[in-house]
Amino acid sequence: MESKFMKGCEAIAEAAIRSGCRFFAGYPITPQNEIPEYLSRALPKVGGVFVQGESEVASINMVYGAGGAGTMAMTSSSSPGVSLKLEGVSNLAAARIPAVMVNVMRAGPGMGTIQPAQSDYYLMSKAPGHGGFRTITLAPATLQEAVDLTYEAFELAFRDRMPVIVAPDGFIAAIMEPVDLPDYRDPPETPAWAVAGCEGRDHINVLLNGGLNEEDQLAKNRIAEELYEKWDREDVRVETYKVEDAEYVFAAFGLAARICKSCVDELREEGIKAGLIRPITISPFPYAAFAALEDNVVKYVIDVEMSIPAQMVNDVRLGMKDRFPVAQVNTAGGLILDSEDVIAKVHELVKGV
Amino acid sequence: MELVYKKPEAINANPFPYCPGCMHGTVTKLIAEVIDEFGLREKTIVVLPVGCGTLGVLLWNMDNICSAHGRAPAVATGIKRTHPEKFVFTYQGDGDLGAIGFSEIMYAANRGEKISVIFVNNSIYGMTGGQMAPTTLVGQRATTCQDGRDPEREGYPLKIAELIAQLTTPVYVARFAVNTPQNVRAAKEGIKKAFQNQMDGLGFSLVEILSNCPTNWGVSPMATLDFIKDQTMKEFPLGVFRDKTEEAADEK
Ligand SMILES: Cc1ncc(C[n+]2csc(CCOP(=O)(O)OP(=O)(O)O)c2C)c(N)n1
Ligand code: SF4
Repeated sequence: MESKFMKGCEAIAEAAIRSGCRFFAGYPITPQNEIPEYLSRALPKVGGVFVQGESEVASINMVYGAGGAGTMAMTSSSSPGVSLKLEGVSNLAAARIPAVMVNVMRAGPGMGTIQPAQSDYYLMSKAPGHGGFRTITLAPATLQEAVDLTYEAFELAFRDRMPVIVAPDGFIAAIMEPVDLPDYRDPPETPAWAVAGCEGRDHINVLLNGGLNEEDQLAKNRIAEELYEKWDREDVRVETYKVEDAEYVFAAFGLAARICKSCVDELREEGIKAGLIRPITISPFPYAAFAALEDNVVKYVIDVEMSIPAQMVNDVRLGMKDRFPVAQVNTAGGLILDSEDVIAKVHELVKGV
Repeated sequence: MELVYKKPEAINANPFPYCPGCMHGTVTKLIAEVIDEFGLREKTIVVLPVGCGTLGVLLWNMDNICSAHGRAPAVATGIKRTHPEKFVFTYQGDGDLGAIGFSEIMYAANRGEKISVIFVNNSIYGMTGGQMAPTTLVGQRATTCQDGRDPEREGYPLKIAELIAQLTTPVYVARFAVNTPQNVRAAKEGIKKAFQNQMDGLGFSLVEILSNCPTNWGVSPMATLDFIKDQTMKEFPLGVFRDKTEEAADEK
């Protein structure tokens, strides 16, 4: 373990190398350029490969190749670039090739702005590509968590042979914070399933991004379904903060959750019982944490997002089974959520109750 | 008895999945023979396209990976860069390489990826049923230009080999055909050269091979031979457009 004061993007890049990542391909886009810039310097030093792709499409497909050959591989981008990568993410999921994609989310739609947002929630948590598949999608709220989750993302990707998404917002990627960096570990040996030449094997390996026929495709979908169900049981991560007796429960992830957490403390000092449920995996979503909210205790659930329209709110409603009224605080355009707006909303609710 | 002719080990015993008379079969077999002759089978990764070439998944007796449409050169880049000691080639059609994957092929060529590209140019989209390809000849009919390709509307056929030979980096770029026994032999030599370049670590090689699609051209396999000679080769002359093999070897 090593402690350092680092900028968000660079810390994420360093965590990837420490986790065993040895291939990166990406195309420049703000606000994540420091990830490729850092890796262009650092990867060759550990025997890794950095390629600046000619597009996001090319980059994710390079990752598809490197991952298919058994190397821990990563790409990063920001929202408009991620749209282009989704073809590749779908193919990774289809061929069961592990890889990590970091999406430093910025405001949209379209080119939007280069400032932080959380408006890729649906895209990152529900259907990051065509054809029906899921990913584990990790949404850090601090730089330390971004480092830890990036480090772990490679383990998860290799464990399941699936793409894993790390989705910090532009704020986390831009801040400087002290971080504890995890230890370097050796990249894995070339796995048995990888396409790296059949020497020493009595069979060839084939990585198919589709079905040989309808039955084969169905069988692949069924196998994947079992994996998704296992994630729902075993891989959900959530932080609950002062929820036990809370009457006003915030639902927020990433930067919005970080802001809400300080609002919880502020409101509690005023005597208002506030709490926070913070999904860390936005997929698989922590529905159970919302289902566990007590009928006679909770007065309001306040969904707080840096996205217009609000997106996570639908998962929140599903989780708590619409038992409580929902209030909304959201912003967009790259404007960071104002904690005063959050506090004011709760005051308004308290008065109205 | 001495065995003088056998199926290459680089392909399996499955029946060829291509339509009868399709030159994808010829090209597949040529590649397989070269792989065998060079003893490359166990270190090879075949990068497949989307198109009729995808059917190679039923044939290749070597590690192989299917790409998204047009992305094979990017996929090959990821493999070769992380496994420089392995042998990596892409097998792509003209829609795959010349249209949707035009950017990927140009940049892989320009970066000088140490891969080999086999480009099967049959002037049409075979797999999807005969739509116009970037290489469809002027006047040639396709389901999306039923009165024939009109340069006013669709522009002229894309000359991939010539375009790639414009770049400074590639080591070997050539065009062959497989419509006569002589041409088949020459094509095999071209494939050998491209593969040898990769084995020698020299750089990017592309071999374009003029091919047919009896099914979607709507003519008999025999008639495609004359069509290639009289029409296709007029637009796409055979030849070597770049060969800096010796130069590249000297630099090494
Ligand atoms: C992203 C995407 N777009 C379109 C297709 C449909 N498609 C499949 S094969 C093909 C064309 C193949 O033509 P070509 O590359 O010339 O190869 P051929 O079949 O003639 O050998 C197309 C357009 C696809 N599979 N994926
Ligand atoms: S459709 Fe055309 S290119 Fe495809 S296998 Fe049949 S003849 Fe060959």
